[in-house]
Amino acid sequence: MLRRGMGAMVALGAVLLAAGGALAQGRDLTVVSWGGAYQDAQRDIFFRPFQQDTKSRLLEETWDGGVGVLRAKIQSGANNWDVVQVESEELLIGCEEGLFEKMDWSAIGGKERFIPSAVHECGVGNILYSFVLAYDKARTPTGPANWAEFFDTRKFPGKRGLRRGPKATLEIALLADGVPPGEVYKVLGTNAGVDRAFRKLDSIKGDLIWWERGSQPAQLLASGEVVTTVGYNGRITAANQGDGRNFGITWANNLFTLDSWVVMKGTPNKDKALQFINFVTQPARQAELPQRIPYGPTVKGAQDGLPPAVLANLPTAPANAEGALQLSDQFWLDNLDKLNQRFNTWVAR
Amino acid sequence: MRASRILLWTFGALAILFLMAPVLAVLPLSFSSGSFLFYPLPGLSLRWYADFWTSDFWLPALWNSLKVGTGAALVAGSLGTLAAFGLWRAEFPGKSLVMAVLLAPMVVPGIIVAVALLLVFGPLGLTNSFTGLILAHAALGAPFVVVTVLAALQQFDAVQLRAAASCGASPIRAFLRVCLPQILPGVAAGAVFAFATSLDEVAVALFISGPAQRTLPRQMFSGLNDSISLTIMAAAMVLVLLSGLLLLAVTLLRRRSP
Amino acid sequence: MSARWKAAALVAPLLLFLLLVFVAPIGTFLFRAVQEADVAPVLPRTVSVLADWNGAAMPGDAAFTALAKDLREARTRDQETGGGAIARAAARLNADWPGFRSLLPMTARRIAAAEGPPREALLSISEDWGTPAVWGAIRRAGGPVSDFNLLAVLDLKRDAAGGITAAPADEAIFRGILWRTLWIGALATVICLAIGYPLAWLMATAPPRWVPFLVAGVMLPFWTSLIVRTAAWMVLLQREGVVNAALQATHLITEPLPLLFNRGAVLLAMVHILLPFMVLPIYGSLRALDWRLPRAAMSLGASPLRSFLRVSLPLSLPGVGAGCLLVFIQALGFYVTPALLGGANDQMVPYFVAFYASRTVNWGMAAALSVLLLLAVVLVVALYGRLVGFSKVRTA
Repeated sequence: MLRRGMGAMVALGAVLLAAGGALAQGRDLTVVSWGGAYQDAQRDIFFRPFQQDTKSRLLEETWDGGVGVLRAKIQSGANNWDVVQVESEELLIGCEEGLFEKMDWSAIGGKERFIPSAVHECGVGNILYSFVLAYDKARTPTGPANWAEFFDTRKFPGKRGLRRGPKATLEIALLADGVPPGEVYKVLGTNAGVDRAFRKLDSIKGDLIWWERGSQPAQLLASGEVVTTVGYNGRITAANQGDGRNFGITWANNLFTLDSWVVMKGTPNKDKALQFINFVTQPARQAELPQRIPYGPTVKGAQDGLPPAVLANLPTAPANAEGALQLSDQFWLDNLDKLNQRFNTWVAR
Repeated sequence: MRASRILLWTFGALAILFLMAPVLAVLPLSFSSGSFLFYPLPGLSLRWYADFWTSDFWLPALWNSLKVGTGAALVAGSLGTLAAFGLWRAEFPGKSLVMAVLLAPMVVPGIIVAVALLLVFGPLGLTNSFTGLILAHAALGAPFVVVTVLAALQQFDAVQLRAAASCGASPIRAFLRVCLPQILPGVAAGAVFAFATSLDEVAVALFISGPAQRTLPRQMFSGLNDSISLTIMAAAMVLVLLSGLLLLAVTLLRRRSP
Repeated sequence: MSARWKAAALVAPLLLFLLLVFVAPIGTFLFRAVQEADVAPVLPRTVSVLADWNGAAMPGDAAFTALAKDLREARTRDQETGGGAIARAAARLNADWPGFRSLLPMTARRIAAAEGPPREALLSISEDWGTPAVWGAIRRAGGPVSDFNLLAVLDLKRDAAGGITAAPADEAIFRGILWRTLWIGALATVICLAIGYPLAWLMATAPPRWVPFLVAGVMLPFWTSLIVRTAAWMVLLQREGVVNAALQATHLITEPLPLLFNRGAVLLAMVHILLPFMVLPIYGSLRALDWRLPRAAMSLGASPLRSFLRVSLPLSLPGVGAGCLLVFIQALGFYVTPALLGGANDQMVPYFVAFYASRTVNWGMAAALSVLLLLAVVLVVALYGRLVGFSKVRTA
């Protein structure tokens, strides 16, 4: 009797396992982006129309970056992401390590459709954006005019928000310490330069609040948790337009970069993923995004018909691009892991 | 004496207030017609429940939670009841060690279970699947079934099994016809415990399940990480109602047990 | 079949199930704390050449040739499979010799195109290959097992001679994190006891018609989801939250207080979540207490306080012990609540387990930290078993 019971248990287990395997095989296309107002806009402009167009289901995830997360996904053998929006140094490192599929340009209309900086072996650029200094005009009518004032706790007492991680943070520390934009990476390339950046951060460590998600800077400003913060330019403007806020942006020495779409290695949904990338990089469709949230398009022709009021908020507007520092992918490719470690140890103590 | 009683009652009332007030204080916010997270409410509305109902995330997450919880309760309930019956029937060598293994899921920190299962389930294809999540939650809920059913068996008189056997009933038949009906409230309460464990679990769901298996607590966790909205408060309300129902079920089952 | 074996056979399915989906996975995971599986697969020839090397002078040409060959092959393999093996080996080596994280991938990238004898080629890519310490790190990570991660989570490391020394000050963070975890756990336990004992006493001595209300007052929060209670505290404490708004409306403060993302918020929520685990066992043992005993003590002339200290309290100690045990070991494992309510300095060991597992793919460190955490839990449970014993535990 008991033996029969055990046999039934084993059979039940086998059925459950088989069912699990079958479910895992046929998963829906999973797209990973950066959450908050930005992903809300993407949902309306890209994700929902794509589902209706292809009569298929698309699943969304939100992440906050870090090449380690992508490594963990692939190396645990449990990857469940298909298309991911990555930052530029994640694109380079992940491509080098084989975390992404090589981009099949013929499936998405050829390289010529895109601006040159958006083309990479493993990825397609999808937005141009800047790290900017932001403050709430309702509380601080004239905010910090540059990064040096961002570190000036006497002139602007209160907490300030920075992104948790070395990228952009160390550059900002050096800019605040008087290093001209053109020499930031030269200085940061030396140990003394890195020490200098951390010393600068040390000087206001007690006044810092670290954010991880792109949606947080606007919330921290709105609730008065911080007096000023680093943030993505689009989210700050979107909070002004969508939530009736009156946030100010200081464009001086903003840090300029782009994000890309990549396809995760070994995904069962590769064709679907390329179809998705092709869908969202059609000029007319890409042109809709800056009107919701001011990030620059990467497809030729997408910017042409945009009204001047929208163009003025983009990182590419001449007034905004003046004095901007482009984040160096090469520097972060070589140094990200090392500086990440130092940064995390520094923050945790 | 009187003074000390008054002091004790005051202290006790404050402690209960501390336990009850936080959740009770924030739940009414979910009926706000505005979007602020403080009082006074600008007006009453069900817009956040409508948002919960129509969004791409919340309702599926609720269904996923119910599905996973039911699966985990069934697996943990059946295996746990058998094991408790065995433990109760007779002593056998290594029983205390077996007991330690059976109860271990109660004390091992969830995050360790989560990472361990990610690494082992990944290559087996059990991550990103309902099966994997159900198996994991069943393991976490099983000890509660064992403990609850063992408690129910304490009230059961073993002589009845011998009587059934002497009347010619097979051991299985005796268990099903004589014992099980009497301990059924305990078994059901154990299964409810296992369901509640699954319904409350974040770490394992976060690590081993994919977006298609997103459960309600996991969705709340990512929501709280991203931005606190009143939709989360509506979801909290749904969870509170669910746990209220479970508590009611357990209380009624306890009352029914001998 | 004897009754014993039948009983054992009934237990077997669950035991087997737990061994498969619980014990075995955790065992294999914890083993990674000592396993050295990252470097040898990437640099098999280098590791075997270095096995015969004395560790003091520079290794010979054979090591350079082996390294160049290993790296070329590993890079090709990585680009085909996405295994990220070089990155993993680099991460492991970097923990021993800071700088490896950039050195190894960079060397692998450039050696593919380099020509000439391997020694010159490698030294021209980076002079670091001319220091014995770099090669020593490769040898130490050659495997198959080592105590590297276990030492690292105790802020220790091995020096060139193989002796154990303290880790450099800027890397030594783990003892602090462990103490922080134990301290927060202990504090939460003490506060729970201070609030929980009087409450349990009240529940056990209240007139019968009040008891159901008191029990419900403890059970309702107990059954409310942990994530809901954490969310509630977030909404209460945030800058534009319920508490600050109420304080401002009553003009007690003019500027909102920073109540969230600090140690106090974490402790408050932890006590709130764990309090029922303290109250219920104490209530259980007080309810089982024979109340004639303290009354007898008092009728023999003992003061109420003395009767409590000498009679009631000792008799309720099993409940107190069980409550403290439950609260403390659960507090050690808290992840969600500190992650949502705490600041960078309030994160406990579980946060760093998750951090190493999901953000830096350092399974070895995640496992070593888990060993530490699990050891703390087992020690507390064993200590409890020794002092109180498990037979007396009776939860409500």
